Amino acid sequence: MRVPLSWLKEFVDITLPIEELAERLTRAGLECEGIERIGVEGADLPWDPERIVIGRILEVRQHPNADRLVLADVDYGADAPHTVVTGAPNLFPYKDRGRLSQPLKGVFAREGAELYDGHAEGWVKTRLKGRLVRGIMSNAMLCSEKELGLSEDHEGILILPDDAPVGMPLRDYLGDVVLKFDVLPNMARCLSIVGVAREVAALTGVPLRMPEIHVVEDGPPIEGRVRVTIEEPDLCPRFTATLIEGVTVGPSPLWMRRRLTMAGMRPINNIVDISNYVMLELGGPNHMFDADRVAEQHLIIRLARPGERLVTLDGKEHNLDASVGGGMLPLLVCDPQGPLSLAGVMGGASSEVSSTTTSVLLEVAVWDPTIIRRMGTALRVRSEASKRFERGVDYELPPLVQRRALSLLQQIAGGRVAQGMVDNYPRPWKPVVLDLTPREVRRIVGISLSAAEIADLLRPLGFACDLINDGAAVRVTVPSFRRDVTMLADLCEEVARMYGYDRIPLTLMADVLPEQRNNPSLELELRVRDLLAGAGLDEAMTYSLTSMAAVAKINPADADASLYLRLANPLTPEREYLRRSLLPTLLEALAQNLRERERTLLFEIGRVYLKRAPGSGEVRPEEPRRLALALAGRRYERSWHTPDETVMDFFDLKGIVEMLLARLNIVDVRFVALTDDPRFHPGRAARLERDGRVIGVIGEVHPDVCERLEIAAPRAMAAELDLELLGELVEPVRYRAISRYPATTNDLALVIPVDVPAEQVTRAIRKYAGALLESLTLFDVYTGEQVGAGKRSLAYRLVFRAPDRTLNDAEVARIRQKIVRGLEHDLGATIRGEG
Amino acid sequence: MSLIDQLNQLEQEALAALEQIADLTALAEWKSAYLGKQGALSRLSRGLGALPAEERPVAGARFNAARATLEQALERTEAQLKRSARQSAFEADRVDVTLPGRAPAVGRLHPTTQMLRTIYSVLGEMGFQIWESPEVETDEFNFQLLNMPPDHPARDMWDTFYVETAPGEPTLLLRTHTSPGQIYAMRANAPNPVRAILPGKCYRYEQVTARHEMQFYQVEGIAIGEQISFSDLKGTLVAFAERLYGKGVKTRFRPSYFPFTEPSVEFDIECFLCGGAGCRVCKHSGWLEILGAGMIHPTVLRNGGYDPDTVSGFAFGMGPERMAMLRYGIDDIRWFFSGDERFLQQF
Ligand SMILES: [Zn+2]
Repeated sequence: MRVPLSWLKEFVDITLPIEELAERLTRAGLECEGIERIGVEGADLPWDPERIVIGRILEVRQHPNADRLVLADVDYGADAPHTVVTGAPNLFPYKDRGRLSQPLKGVFAREGAELYDGHAEGWVKTRLKGRLVRGIMSNAMLCSEKELGLSEDHEGILILPDDAPVGMPLRDYLGDVVLKFDVLPNMARCLSIVGVAREVAALTGVPLRMPEIHVVEDGPPIEGRVRVTIEEPDLCPRFTATLIEGVTVGPSPLWMRRRLTMAGMRPINNIVDISNYVMLELGGPNHMFDADRVAEQHLIIRLARPGERLVTLDGKEHNLDASVGGGMLPLLVCDPQGPLSLAGVMGGASSEVSSTTTSVLLEVAVWDPTIIRRMGTALRVRSEASKRFERGVDYELPPLVQRRALSLLQQIAGGRVAQGMVDNYPRPWKPVVLDLTPREVRRIVGISLSAAEIADLLRPLGFACDLINDGAAVRVTVPSFRRDVTMLADLCEEVARMYGYDRIPLTLMADVLPEQRNNPSLELELRVRDLLAGAGLDEAMTYSLTSMAAVAKINPADADASLYLRLANPLTPEREYLRRSLLPTLLEALAQNLRERERTLLFEIGRVYLKRAPGSGEVRPEEPRRLALALAGRRYERSWHTPDETVMDFFDLKGIVEMLLARLNIVDVRFVALTDDPRFHPGRAARLERDGRVIGVIGEVHPDVCERLEIAAPRAMAAELDLELLGELVEPVRYRAISRYPATTNDLALVIPVDVPAEQVTRAIRKYAGALLESLTLFDVYTGEQVGAGKRSLAYRLVFRAPDRTLNDAEVARIRQKIVRGLEHDLGATIRGEG
Repeated sequence: MSLIDQLNQLEQEALAALEQIADLTALAEWKSAYLGKQGALSRLSRGLGALPAEERPVAGARFNAARATLEQALERTEAQLKRSARQSAFEADRVDVTLPGRAPAVGRLHPTTQMLRTIYSVLGEMGFQIWESPEVETDEFNFQLLNMPPDHPARDMWDTFYVETAPGEPTLLLRTHTSPGQIYAMRANAPNPVRAILPGKCYRYEQVTARHEMQFYQVEGIAIGEQISFSDLKGTLVAFAERLYGKGVKTRFRPSYFPFTEPSVEFDIECFLCGGAGCRVCKHSGWLEILGAGMIHPTVLRNGGYDPDTVSGFAFGMGPERMAMLRYGIDDIRWFFSGDERFLQQF
């Protein structure tokens, strides 16, 4: 809402500097988003009071040396008139008519004045300099609206009204300040000048001033001439109509055009402008029909009927058949022949006021906010009127709007006002009455006020307050323009607002501390994040929404849309489906990063969204958390001290995952070769299992996938783990007593058929070694001539230690022997060099 | 030559030889040549036996003195040689200390995660506990139970992504705020008091720009009990702001509007980028909007299972991305979900 200060001042005296007023209003909930100054100090173009003044054009003469220029003698309050060279077309009709009997008023600017360049694109400032124009000295000018920054218009000079005082600085005549407010839904009352004025009055302790309105009802009575029938009283609780005949359509006066422009509306003609002006001023949307185009002057408020259509003022044709929700058709104002307008939203073209209009039928009504909102959404049409009706318009306002509009119409467009007003008011306003106690204010707001103090805070806002029960409570009658106030909490807000949010004390909760509880799932997330960051991975967050195309890049078989939750209204096709895996988006990020750098290690923790089986009784999908890892590129950052040029492979990722499992104390996880997952390299992937439950997958990304993602690295690795399951498998860490006895180290080099997985070997070693084996490290893997075809050598370091004694060589030799025999029996292993 | 003369000569010779020694090997040789069991001194001392008995004590003392002199000289030389050997080793070991060090590969947590952790810890100390709730929600939980029945004009404040559902099934949507979590937390605790924070991802049907993302995090907090008032809300928020932005940070409370709170408030802190003078980031207002809050609407309390006549509570909500943007001076929210290391590695 844009509020010109000059307009606001008609309703309230401004006692504060403008910035302070803006801050005061902001702190009372009416956020001032900006202050725009026009012509005054601080404006982008301040009008120099010495050099830009109101002038009177006495005579217009042909320029002796140029057909398209004229000379104008301008009296600007100085001793003698000043001759101005101008090409303004709107002065040409006055050319060579001698001294004008009714001099024109314009804006006179002298040399040195700063103005906008009328010919330049946009707003370019220029200083007025004297120069010879076709042999005649020109050091002053008559200004266009554009040159003054009032509008884009540079067609001719700005003509001021006849009563504009000659010599007055333009700053004092047209200078203004516009306050721009962000009006929240519960402040609908401030979508009007008077509403803002009421807030200003209440907050600064001055009275609100309602100007007197004069209407001369000099026409015949309206009764019997205009009829209103409301078929839908619940949707149209009130409808008033008046009639004015014999109006002349033309442009509005400058002051009205200026105020409308400053308020953000485009002036059209006096009738339409008055309609808008009154809406902005009082907050009461209204509609002006060309009375002669309303059949029988009978307005009928009803729902649309099948097959009806309407062309609105903006030229759009609407099919009125369509339901606007809840099986309801659009609400219309009609005459006996058919639809005239979309009720409360927009008028129709057929009954629009035009240049030939002489009679105006003026509608001021109150509409149900829901139907207005639904029509706006369904028909995709919104207006300044519907914006106000959606938020709720004062039931008691229409008569005032009628009188204000009629008085302006009569004053500006002439005409005779029919006596009386048709007032159809089937659902009268029922005032809300609330009893507010100091106790309630203390309970909700936390301040101690007496009932009288509460009443004093509320009254300036228009609330009628009576102290009841010997001053124990305030009986508050909510005014009709405060439809947002329906309960005590609303009144508490008003009390707090007027008291000042900033004055309310700061306290710390004295209430009992609620029962505290653990949050193991969040703690797990925190720990996993720390471990992975510690292991050198950066945490990424990617979009929850993806596309089938992105999924197909990872695995065409996964791109089955029926498995996915789909948005009904996606913004873009790239973000249409809720993800079932983190891999597509994370691998996309990996690929993106590899275009910029030589190594990338990423992880993400996030939810996936899985449809539930039909009939599960829960409509929401499952949202289990997943952990995904993705890495590729050099194993080490390029550096002067680490000449290692190797790139990461499967074991880099596996090492990270093993570390994670170990640190979370998840034991006995098996890595089972995964050979048929199209996302992964068939020889370099594994499924993680624990007691048959699948924790996730890990592997080198299939070269086809790398190709589709354009991954610029020889190998890319990825894993996706079920974080919920990981959480279940975490076991508490138990301290093991530290032995005071020395360890015995024993190396074991085995030759084993290549198809025996290493994991099986370590299992077997552990089995035969028993409890004295403290640690087992695989330190060499060798295939080649020395061990023969189909075999490989695995070399382990075994550390034995007993908790209660020093192991002797014979004991260790016995264990070793047991291991060797066991491995030979179970796996066909031999000791290298002994086979 | 007398034995003593020979000793004097040997002593002179040994000391002179020691002067010439430049390394520890030569020193060891010198030691065995003069002071060893078979060394020159020992050999010469055998001549003591041939002296008359009365001369022996004096001569013996002289031998002892000569040995002591040579041993002291040896020690001195040895220390000196060690010092100079260490010195040349240092020379050989000298590095350019301005060369870069060996960096351990340590990753980084996402800036949103870091911001969330700060929020968790500050509010955790005030007794707020974390509750999480679904991202795919029903219209009922996202709007209706939060005092926004169908056709409520305030729904315009949240542009919503809807999820396709089969005919006859309830409307599903991507939650537009974490506020539905209020209902879960309330219903799990009513009629007992509760203090909870509700973090999580939210979604808005909004063109993605430098300022707006379709996906973002939110953290909401609620405190409900029999004695919770607006002044407690103010106290809690100011304490929170002081922990995040420093003791004595200037704050401002403005009335605002949210359908699920009444009274509602917008909480601003003085712009720490311009010190309140006005800059681009604070839109020349001198203030930064940090969070929205209010007293929980009676209808919402009722929907959560509380009696609004005896129980009251406050709620507040904040955007960790926005807070991180302000903290780090990030000018484009789109980086947060880009997975781009050029962004991630800055925090
Ligand atoms: Zn600033």
